[in-house]
Amino acid sequence: MADLKAQIIEQLNLQEVAPDSIGNDQPLFTKEGLGLDSIDALELIVLLQQHYNIRIANPEEGPKIFHSVRTMAVYITENQTVKA
Amino acid sequence: MNSGSTYITGSCVIRQNRVYLNGSLLWEADSALELPEFLRAGYDRFSGQYPKFHKMDALSKLGWLAAEVLLKDTSIHSLSPEQTGMVLSNRSSSLDTDLRYYATVKDFASPALFVYTLPNIVMGEISIRHGFKGENTFFVSDVFDTALMSTYPAQLLAETPLQACICGWVEVMEQAYEAVLFLVENKQRNNAIPLTEAALSALYQQKNS
Repeated sequence: MADLKAQIIEQLNLQEVAPDSIGNDQPLFTKEGLGLDSIDALELIVLLQQHYNIRIANPEEGPKIFHSVRTMAVYITENQTVKA
Repeated sequence: MNSGSTYITGSCVIRQNRVYLNGSLLWEADSALELPEFLRAGYDRFSGQYPKFHKMDALSKLGWLAAEVLLKDTSIHSLSPEQTGMVLSNRSSSLDTDLRYYATVKDFASPALFVYTLPNIVMGEISIRHGFKGENTFFVSDVFDTALMSTYPAQLLAETPLQACICGWVEVMEQAYEAVLFLVENKQRNNAIPLTEAALSALYQQKNS
């Protein structure tokens, strides 16, 4: 998950966030969490395509997939077709 | 025409890696810094604690930084959100970012770049930062139009609820950049000068303090 955190930071240009400061279960889209917004959500979709060759077939799954770094990692593990 | 009751109460000029506030040189960065590094250094010096800055395109960063400097010692935040507006302009619109976005399209189109493919987004970023909700307009012209900028903001202050207006020029194209912002109000404060075409022209052309 450390690699995924680094990829998220690079993709979203979170220059003032250290990978270690992101908790595995920390919500990504709440003010109490990482505070990401709708554009960040689109960038995370691009990240999955670029790094893991994963296309999200059902957009309604988005909130569940992108809840936290851990839920993203689980989804990647279950759906990855080409290793990054 | 300006009614004669509108004043320039502040100015910020950013060009050639220098930042001027009200005609005085406030900060000079290493002239070797390219625009992205200069903007980051300016952010670290004058602001910080605003991570969304790093997501902005160069045009928004430049305008945002100029507004940060322009407004830092003013009482503009005592106005209600609807009483501060903006009238900005430039030559290249958002072309610098348009080209960067276009370069991503053949691979993975970047949502983060796409949202900056309009020049008026810089006004949105300034408004979000300072909580402004007043009228705003962005013009594109070959050169800084002092006639327009001396009359239109004055008209807004005279005929709308606006009590203050940030106006000026924010231009970025590749490594070439320039920001010249003015705070215009209908109250005469210390060192305020009447808003006229000649006054704007003189402030715009200032090279050194």
